[in-house]
Amino acid sequence: MSGLLRRSYPLAPQRKLILIRLGPVSRLKILALLPLAVALSGCNYVVLAPAGDIAAQQRDLVIISTVLMLLIVVPVMALTVLFAWRYRQSNSSARYEPDWDHSTKLELVIWSAPLLIIVCLGALTWMGTHLLDPYRTLGRVHADRAIDQSKAPLEVDVVALDWKWLFIYPDYGIATVNDLAAPVDRPINFRITASSVMNSFYIPALAGQIYAMPGMETKLHAVVNHTGTYKGFSANYSGAGFSGMHFNFQGLDDNGFDAWVAQAKSAGGSLGRSEYLQLEKPSENEPVRRYGTVDTDLYRLILNMCVETGKMCQSEMMAIDAKGGLGHEGLNNTLPLSYDKYARRGTALGPEPSFVAGTCTPDAPQGAATAASIKAPLDTAPLVGAGLRRPTFAPLKSSSFFLGQRPKSDS
Amino acid sequence: MSPDLLKLIFGRLGIDSLPLHEPILVGTFVMVALGGTALLAGLTYFRLWGYLWREWFTTVDHKRIGIMYMILGIVMLLRGFADALMMRAQQALAFNGSEGFLPAHHYDQVFTAHGVIMIFFVAMPLVTGLMNYVVPLQIGARDVSFPFLNNFSFWMTVGGAVLVMLSLFIGEFARTGWLAYPPLSNIGYSPDVGVDYYIWALQVAGVGTTLSGINLICTIVKLRCPGMTMMRMPVFTWTSLCTNILIVASFPVLTVVLALLSLDRYVGTNFFTNDFGGSPMMYVNLIWIWGHPEVYILVLPAFGIFSEVTSTFSGKRLFGYTSMVYATVVITILSYLVWLHHFFTMGSGASVNSFFGITTMIISIPTGAKMFNWLFTMYRGRIRYELPMLWTIAFMLTFVLGGMTGVLLAVPPADFVLHNSLFLIAHFHNVIIGGVVFGAFAGINYWFPKAFGFRLDPFWGKLSFWFWVTGFYMAFMPLYVLGLMGVTRRLRVFDDPSLQIWFVIAAIGAGLVALGIGCMLMQFAVSFLKREQLKDVTGDPWDARTLEWATSSPPPDYNFAFTPVVHDNDAWWDMKKRGYQRPLIGFKSIHMPSSTGTGIILAGFATAMGFGLIWYIWWLSAASFIAMLAVGIGHTFNYHRDFDIPADDVIRTEDARTKLLAGAK
Amino acid sequence: MTIAVNPSQTGEPVFYVADEHPHPEGYSTSLGFWIYLMSDCLIFAMLFAAFGVLGANYAAGPAPKDLFDLDLVAVNTSMLLLSSITYGFAMLTMQQNKIAQTQMWLLITGLFGAAFIGIELTEFAHMIHEGATPQRSAFLSAFFTLVGTHGLHVSCGLIWLVTLMVQVWRFGLIEANRRRLMCLSMFWHFLDVVWIGVFTFVYLLGVLR
Repeated sequence: MSGLLRRSYPLAPQRKLILIRLGPVSRLKILALLPLAVALSGCNYVVLAPAGDIAAQQRDLVIISTVLMLLIVVPVMALTVLFAWRYRQSNSSARYEPDWDHSTKLELVIWSAPLLIIVCLGALTWMGTHLLDPYRTLGRVHADRAIDQSKAPLEVDVVALDWKWLFIYPDYGIATVNDLAAPVDRPINFRITASSVMNSFYIPALAGQIYAMPGMETKLHAVVNHTGTYKGFSANYSGAGFSGMHFNFQGLDDNGFDAWVAQAKSAGGSLGRSEYLQLEKPSENEPVRRYGTVDTDLYRLILNMCVETGKMCQSEMMAIDAKGGLGHEGLNNTLPLSYDKYARRGTALGPEPSFVAGTCTPDAPQGAATAASIKAPLDTAPLVGAGLRRPTFAPLKSSSFFLGQRPKSDS
Repeated sequence: MSPDLLKLIFGRLGIDSLPLHEPILVGTFVMVALGGTALLAGLTYFRLWGYLWREWFTTVDHKRIGIMYMILGIVMLLRGFADALMMRAQQALAFNGSEGFLPAHHYDQVFTAHGVIMIFFVAMPLVTGLMNYVVPLQIGARDVSFPFLNNFSFWMTVGGAVLVMLSLFIGEFARTGWLAYPPLSNIGYSPDVGVDYYIWALQVAGVGTTLSGINLICTIVKLRCPGMTMMRMPVFTWTSLCTNILIVASFPVLTVVLALLSLDRYVGTNFFTNDFGGSPMMYVNLIWIWGHPEVYILVLPAFGIFSEVTSTFSGKRLFGYTSMVYATVVITILSYLVWLHHFFTMGSGASVNSFFGITTMIISIPTGAKMFNWLFTMYRGRIRYELPMLWTIAFMLTFVLGGMTGVLLAVPPADFVLHNSLFLIAHFHNVIIGGVVFGAFAGINYWFPKAFGFRLDPFWGKLSFWFWVTGFYMAFMPLYVLGLMGVTRRLRVFDDPSLQIWFVIAAIGAGLVALGIGCMLMQFAVSFLKREQLKDVTGDPWDARTLEWATSSPPPDYNFAFTPVVHDNDAWWDMKKRGYQRPLIGFKSIHMPSSTGTGIILAGFATAMGFGLIWYIWWLSAASFIAMLAVGIGHTFNYHRDFDIPADDVIRTEDARTKLLAGAK
Repeated sequence: MTIAVNPSQTGEPVFYVADEHPHPEGYSTSLGFWIYLMSDCLIFAMLFAAFGVLGANYAAGPAPKDLFDLDLVAVNTSMLLLSSITYGFAMLTMQQNKIAQTQMWLLITGLFGAAFIGIELTEFAHMIHEGATPQRSAFLSAFFTLVGTHGLHVSCGLIWLVTLMVQVWRFGLIEANRRRLMCLSMFWHFLDVVWIGVFTFVYLLGVLR
């Protein structure tokens, strides 16, 4: 077990050498080398030897809970073996009491022993869950280091795409694909969303995972304590390219991080809405990409699923819904879906796919202003038609429900 | 023919739907086709069709239906296990730039199909089969409450299995993982037939499961023999009761959630879409509200089996019967309060997460109590190590490990680092194989002599046991290790070469399990050949304790010539102890339900309807639906659904047994 | 079935029923049907839950107050409630073994049920014609599915009712038919109860929201 708690850093090169050479022929020989191989690969238990404080605390919980449970599991297993051996049929010296089937004292013990363990574990769980809530900001960067208040946390916006990761650094105005870096001992605030399907954002060395879901935002607060390169990936199956959906996470010292940012800056290229729509299309095993500049509003648009022009943002939609919808006028406020990530989205019996069009104004073509103005209504009268411009496209025909046909608009 | 006409007739089914470009599938198809043809030819040659139809397909006898469930489960086990082998091989090979031998399109179907088949078409039929066979015998009943429904339920389960198997050769199966989370499973990201196969296979089978749940609850509540109060029911019957309550209270949830998903997929509603206000998270919640009880649906009967086996082979009354019953009931109730622990990582607040984490841990208390009850049943017993007992010991040692890792995963922060990892995979295989599968095998070995009148061969049985147990540990302990290395599930290729050794070990483990399955099949074959040697004429080969052992092996159609009267938990033990004399005279005619072909016909139409819906062959679905309605209504016009076994027949059967018993002495 | 469970006069325990009568036909039916109804109830519970979650997600489309015509729904509700009452009358006359009257009340029940379905379909057609289709928003998806599932149940009940009327006409009020009428009665009243939930939570509270 001594290897278990050793810190895990990038793969030890010698270990790589040993196993990388094993061709198909020599694979059988692995059997003979089993013990050796087991010992050799024993130092990659990243979950048990992480590089981030959050993950380390989660590791501690794993170990403490396991030890607590072993308190009861080990005796049970030992008793099983003991009783199985002692009371075997051939052992006629053991006592045999065929009618003994009840003992209040024993019953008390067998119910209360697990109960006690669970009480302890429950308390631990309650505290641990609250302390290690991914939404909670950090209280320390390491077991023996408090947070340096002079440094603002690093903000990173994470988007799970099919099948790659987009990281936007709003403070630095850069974005990367499949490449994440953070300075050591500086808290990182992740805001996480996805473009199409559910994924899970997980860097085992840094902190536990959290789902990345389209149209929703999850948060993760973490810190890395050691420089090095660590694996990050999606931990929730998301389709064909899932296996290649991983990236390197680098813990860098401050200078290293500055250099890394500068590298991204110098990469040129900019990530705007149209570039994003291009990037968003499914692709597998994407190489690292860097963008020197990034549309500052892009993450908000991704999160609200309105990067496409003319689409209503979720925030706006929710604000309108909270006010009671758009009434009958809202019925015509959909447009046929011309843009799509996949070949076909329409259903066999339903109408052609569509989306809700944004209620745009000349000064806010994306409807952001509308949403903002709707958030603070003064009158509580129904909002029917408020701020709504009659769209110029062909309205939804009711017959389409049965016929599944609708004139396509050119928008 | 014009494309429109073709579309009208065949929907989206075309030549290109056949996976002719996949050599693995073509090979499998050729083998299945050859085997199937040989089987059909054999049946025709030996003129067995009539026999099969009369005695098996249309039977309403709970014993035969139970046996058919077991056969279904074991056949599907072979398919599900073939998938497992392919996964293990793929993961052991796909290193160092190798893509392995399965492309994503195929591999993703394989792991989805593996999960679906193992849960719905292996574990469920095995468990339902055992309950169907044993429960009516244990409570001294002649059959279940609704014998026709029982037959119908079985064929619906078969219908679901048929759809899953069809997906192998016509079209494809889902590529979404076994619970088909949207948005991935929605039409936008899975436009092909795979998810539709998934939906309709589960819907068709789900109807069967729900109805069989209702049936068994009624049977246990209404048909117990005189004297058998609730607190005198054998523990297996108790766990069956709880399991069936769970079935009835959870499968409708699955039905609804799949129905909503199919509405999304077929008519474009917005339940689980990203847009238009839909909520994919609702799907995840709903499906786990079914999914978690499902776990207990599978494992509770296994607990019951272990209780029967431990007490029988320890030659002792079950320790703590009352607390055993209460533990079962508590687990039943608590199983509805824990579903969220399957997605702590979805970002619920800390209080919500800890609530569900702690309720999950609480379940381990009654489960732990059960474990201790088995332990103290062994204590001061005289343990005979027959096969069922071996499986039980293996279960006790394996299951505590799985339980421990389960409780570990119930700690939300621990789950954050282990969720969806191979550690999780190892955990649930640890409890499902260590609990449900070992339980099913214990049950098969235990009740086989009851069902067929001869024991299973112990040599091959032990061989199978050891291959299974060592294979299991070799296959899954490495996955725990890999999980702690941060390796996630459902990956097809790997970069880090240091992981390969573990996958190779796991693949070898899977190979050992394959040998275990092979030995089990050998065991059946050898036992059949040696059936004279292994014959049991007493009806009670294990010196057992409950009522099913009071009748002959195999039991007559009517189970008991006279309905037994019960005075004790261990009714048969009590009867033996108090010098019960088997009645030799006074037999009367016995009222029994008659066989009917309606069940298999209805299920056939339901399957055809599902197939039509999957491929958009609307006329087929409509026609099947109308036919189903017509046959169903037609069936209600038949008021004569039972008959009397004449007293002479009963006397003849019972006299034959008297002779056998005399010969045995 | 009356048998001695306790030791008989001679002190020997009784281990089997020597003189038994089979359970009467349909012995478990009412329990079984109850359990089925409860599982069906769970289906509605899930649909209500889905409506509860999605019911306010209008996707910038119409809300209940824009769509629901409470007067029409009130008429509709009264149809279903009346049909429950008339079914009650059918059961009462069945107890008195009056075949013709039972059939008449069943017929009236069926007509009320058909009226209910008719009004509901009109309402749906109207909404769809306006463009408030099930695809327009998650709220409408949940609404159409919940109300539609109830309507589907009533339709099944109607088919069942007709089947039973034919069976009563052909075979009379025999024991099996009485039992079936009793089951349909439970089913029918159950749908009534569900409808009260729909009326309250979907329509009334929807318009109030």
